[in-house]
Amino acid sequence: MIEPPRVPGRRERSVRLRPTRLRPARTRADRSRRGGAPLALLVPGLIGLVFLVLPLLGLLIRAPWSDLGSQLGSTEVREALKLSLFTATVATGIVLVLGVPLAWLLARTEFPGRRLVRALVTLPLVLPPVVGGVALLLVLGRKGIVGEWLDDTFGYTLPFTTTGVIVAEAFVAMPFLVISVEGALRAADPRYEEAAATLGASRWTAFRRVTLPLIAPGVAAGAVLAWARALGEFGATITFAGNFPGKTQTMPLAVYLALETDPEAAIVLSLVLLAVSVLILAGLRERWMTTS
Amino acid sequence: MGAMGTVRTRRAVSAALLAGALIALAGCGSDDDKDDKKVGGATPPVNANTSAPAAGAKELKGTVNVFAAASLTETFSALGKQFEAAHPGVTVKFNYLGSSALAASINQGAPADVFASADEKNMKLVTDAKNADGTPTAFAKNTLQIAVAPGNPKNIKSLADLKQDGLKVAQCAPQVPCGAAAKTALDAAGVKFTPSTLEQDVKAALTKLTLGEVDAALVYRTDVKAAGAKAVGVDFPESAQAVNTYPIVPLAKAPNGDAAKAFVAFVLSEPGRTALTAAGFQAP
Repeated sequence: MIEPPRVPGRRERSVRLRPTRLRPARTRADRSRRGGAPLALLVPGLIGLVFLVLPLLGLLIRAPWSDLGSQLGSTEVREALKLSLFTATVATGIVLVLGVPLAWLLARTEFPGRRLVRALVTLPLVLPPVVGGVALLLVLGRKGIVGEWLDDTFGYTLPFTTTGVIVAEAFVAMPFLVISVEGALRAADPRYEEAAATLGASRWTAFRRVTLPLIAPGVAAGAVLAWARALGEFGATITFAGNFPGKTQTMPLAVYLALETDPEAAIVLSLVLLAVSVLILAGLRERWMTTS
Repeated sequence: MGAMGTVRTRRAVSAALLAGALIALAGCGSDDDKDDKKVGGATPPVNANTSAPAAGAKELKGTVNVFAAASLTETFSALGKQFEAAHPGVTVKFNYLGSSALAASINQGAPADVFASADEKNMKLVTDAKNADGTPTAFAKNTLQIAVAPGNPKNIKSLADLKQDGLKVAQCAPQVPCGAAAKTALDAAGVKFTPSTLEQDVKAALTKLTLGEVDAALVYRTDVKAAGAKAVGVDFPESAQAVNTYPIVPLAKAPNGDAAKAFVAFVLSEPGRTALTAAGFQAP
């Protein structure tokens, strides 16, 4: 009971030299030492598993597999997918450029109100996305505090544009990256940076040449998380950027709308999003466990 | 112990992150919020059928869940209050959305008692699925107007004026009744333009105007009226070719069937007619 459960991980993989026939014997011994799972944990645990997996299975069962090809080829699906991939990727780029420095400030500098700033940064994480959309509208909308100035000065307005979609996605996705990178920074040993400093490196050089490579897995994990969040964005997008096919109608919006008129198309669109999510999880699994 | 503690904390943090990420991946549907607020998860629909027949009287009880087109928001909310006053045991809860969204959720088994659609097409989706209790009754008619900001700063006088360069127009999505009507009217006028956004229901389109995000919105005249001083309506002749008829029906699987029928009767009665006319609806 005291011994933590064995998690198959990197370490075990590196000792593959062992004869393989020993492995089954060891797991059996493990199991007998632990005893069976108590019913009080087993039953709710299994119900929880079914609860999580069943809806996804339902999606697979009800999917119109026979005309999947024609559904996927329809202009609406293609446009929405293209727009979603494009906006999520650009939003992730923005999030990286702004979020990594922000995470560094939070992890490596001391300034008054740092805790408050940190709380503010994570706010969009817990904020209902629609509220984020309303807030964006009030600030960046045509009559918004900043938006009105943008309109007057440059004749440019954000709502109902693809740029608006990117802004909404970046807004909700940034905290995921900041938290992930900040965690990686805190876990990274600052002595490497100090050593770099004693060797004459400026703080910027140390960041670029020492810190960034150290936290690269954390940055990558955060970027993928942010990308996935941006891809799934619904509330802020529909509130701030509206809905127009090819311009602001991303995959989640298309799913929501298709459900009213063409449930099969909604299932196909959902399948695509599910497949993307599964790919991301599979790709992230290992990184996640070891970096954050 | 200290080292163990850090490891544990770190694991807990990563678990929390993972959980947060999964929640986010799920998309956090905003539509749920809307539904929750209006249909109310807090007080589940009480099944009056269990008690009403036993009592044998016309005493109505419990909650009536009314799924009504977004354009009925103000009128039905007022009628709901009158109905509650007349039947002290009854609470009326409304779910206002685009008729197509309502029809879809009814056909997927939403616990609704009454459906009031803004057009016959979406009502037909419900009757075809055998989810209506009896034949729907038309209770109102509505036509479109161009809603513009007070004072009509862009000087919009007709549908053709919506084609102006740089003009932002909000329209309803084509599956929503107001969107279908707008398409009919624009086709009749021979006017083609690209709207800025296709909104989920008529109130969302109107909100984009009252927030100042668009210069014009194609909505019902009743919505312009309900917006009060925040919008003015511009009439256009083609609206006569896109008249929407509003049908209402109690639903076959209504959890509170008696109250559902009573509410429908109330909407069709004299007080209902008065309220609808006052809001700018025409008689069917």
